[in-house]
Amino acid sequence: MIARVQTWWTILRICLEERLVYRGDFALGTLMRFLPIVTQIFLWTAIFAAAGSGKIEGYSREDIIAYYLLTMLARAFSSMPGLASGIARQVREGEIKKFLIQPIDLVGFMLLARIAHKVVYYAVAAGPFALVYYLCRSYFPGWPAPDVFAAFLLSLALAFAVGFFMEMTLGMISFWFLEVSSLLFVYMLFTFFFSGHMFPLEILPDPWRTIVDFLPFKYLAYFPAAVFLGKIEGDAMLFGLAVQACWALFFIVACRVFMHRGFHRYSGYGG
Amino acid sequence: MNAIEIRGLQKSYRVYQKKEGLWASLTGLFQREYNEVEAVRGIDLDVAQGEFVAFLGPNGAGKTTTLKLLSGVISPSGGEAHVLGHVPWKRENEYRRRFALVMGQKNQLWWDLPAQESFQLHQKIYRIDPEQFRRTRDELVDLLEVRHLLGQPVRELSLGERMKMELTAALLHSPEVLFLDEPTIGLDVVAQHNVQKFLKHYQAERKITILLTSHYMKDVVALCRRVVIIAQGEIKYDGSLAGIVDRFSGHKVLTLQFADGRMPGDLARYGDVLEIVEPKARLRVARSSIADVLSSVLANNTIEDVSVEDPPLEEVIAKMFAHTANEKKSEAVLPVETS
Repeated sequence: MIARVQTWWTILRICLEERLVYRGDFALGTLMRFLPIVTQIFLWTAIFAAAGSGKIEGYSREDIIAYYLLTMLARAFSSMPGLASGIARQVREGEIKKFLIQPIDLVGFMLLARIAHKVVYYAVAAGPFALVYYLCRSYFPGWPAPDVFAAFLLSLALAFAVGFFMEMTLGMISFWFLEVSSLLFVYMLFTFFFSGHMFPLEILPDPWRTIVDFLPFKYLAYFPAAVFLGKIEGDAMLFGLAVQACWALFFIVACRVFMHRGFHRYSGYGG
Repeated sequence: MNAIEIRGLQKSYRVYQKKEGLWASLTGLFQREYNEVEAVRGIDLDVAQGEFVAFLGPNGAGKTTTLKLLSGVISPSGGEAHVLGHVPWKRENEYRRRFALVMGQKNQLWWDLPAQESFQLHQKIYRIDPEQFRRTRDELVDLLEVRHLLGQPVRELSLGERMKMELTAALLHSPEVLFLDEPTIGLDVVAQHNVQKFLKHYQAERKITILLTSHYMKDVVALCRRVVIIAQGEIKYDGSLAGIVDRFSGHKVLTLQFADGRMPGDLARYGDVLEIVEPKARLRVARSSIADVLSSVLANNTIEDVSVEDPPLEEVIAKMFAHTANEKKSEAVLPVETS
């Protein structure tokens, strides 16, 4: 067990070092992500001005902006840029062989690499995030109760797990179709609309609203934000956390099954 | 004791046959034709522990497929193989810690980081004792003369230097079996020589079992006493390097240097004239008559220097590959010699 932990630590350390190689590009990319905030604030201000009423589906202008800022935070945990396409590239170029030859687990390795990716991202983005939240503090209703805040933190961790394992599962599809960029585009579109990143899911008309309740996407952005803002409380919140955990578990199993089948197929057809 | 035992190993692939043109591309969306390619057609092979065996064969002969089968990257369509007692395609960690595969320029090193970081990762994933790791790494980087490059990002190394780092990474866990697929491909003559020298030394010292594929005959001549020739997925020859020439070439090359201005005009009566650059001449002479020809030449001419050599290995092997390609058409089979 100690040897295993040491291996994980070494992988994590090396991944961190690798992330820091192209630090300029990385820092710029991270900071650019904050630009849409300004446009979003203007957009929702214009929408509320046009609507005339003070609230849309229970959300005031302040609520919506706070919601948007919180989904940004949730997406910082659940979005996995380049994960599935990276696996597809490795399959196409034969690099994936490494995981067949060496005594190393592909999923575990990718998870550690992604954690390293996120840690570096948070280190770079923490300052700008704090600044934006400080400047926009008037939009927030205030800090939630400690138990709600704990649930919020848990939902962020689970959002990471759902996002990571869902995209790993998608990446494994490249064992069957070498090119998965179109599939990833569809996934990205679904995530964009059904995760609640663009707007609170309450705004969706039925039957879409019911459909998204059965999909995993809302746990990537909407759910953590709604928990923080008190839109989902009490038993509904606990139930939501349980469902989120179930989705994480589902994709943990799915990505393992796909990996084993994928390896089998890869080894059957040659690499 | 055998490190590698292969019985009736087969591997076939289904390959999509795309016809030419846009219309064919469109119809191919709905109906596809596949061809079955038999990359390896039931080979049998035993390799003893500590042997250094070369796999030769034309492109697409099944050499790399065999190495992939033995390292567990792919599973066979039939037959069986045991390497160090393990079935490779079960991919047990216990087996994976006992062998290494180096495939040309497919690198296992982290591109943006110095090689020493990749080595440390190998230490952990192969569970190498830290003291042992330090010793092995130091020995390898000194033998390969790359110690001064350990701290340099891999992307900034030359091809030859990268290959040396690849070899170091592959050998850190002291594998008992090493599969080398074209280890000197793309390297310049000096780098090729260095890698050969290293492999020879390392194999002699550690007595590990090595299977090597290479298109450079110089690699094979320098390193392997046993050669296995694969063509069309079958073993066509298994024996010594010298045996190839004996078996597949019926002639020798006779080089004569005549005393000044004494070159006779009728050299053709001794054999096929390959080249004349006065005062030297090179002749191809049937192996069976070389003794008679030589004594006749020496008796009738003033000779300053003489040498009798086997034809170049490349030439013999090229001829042999051409032979097996023709034979494929007539489906005749060459006898297989086992050592």
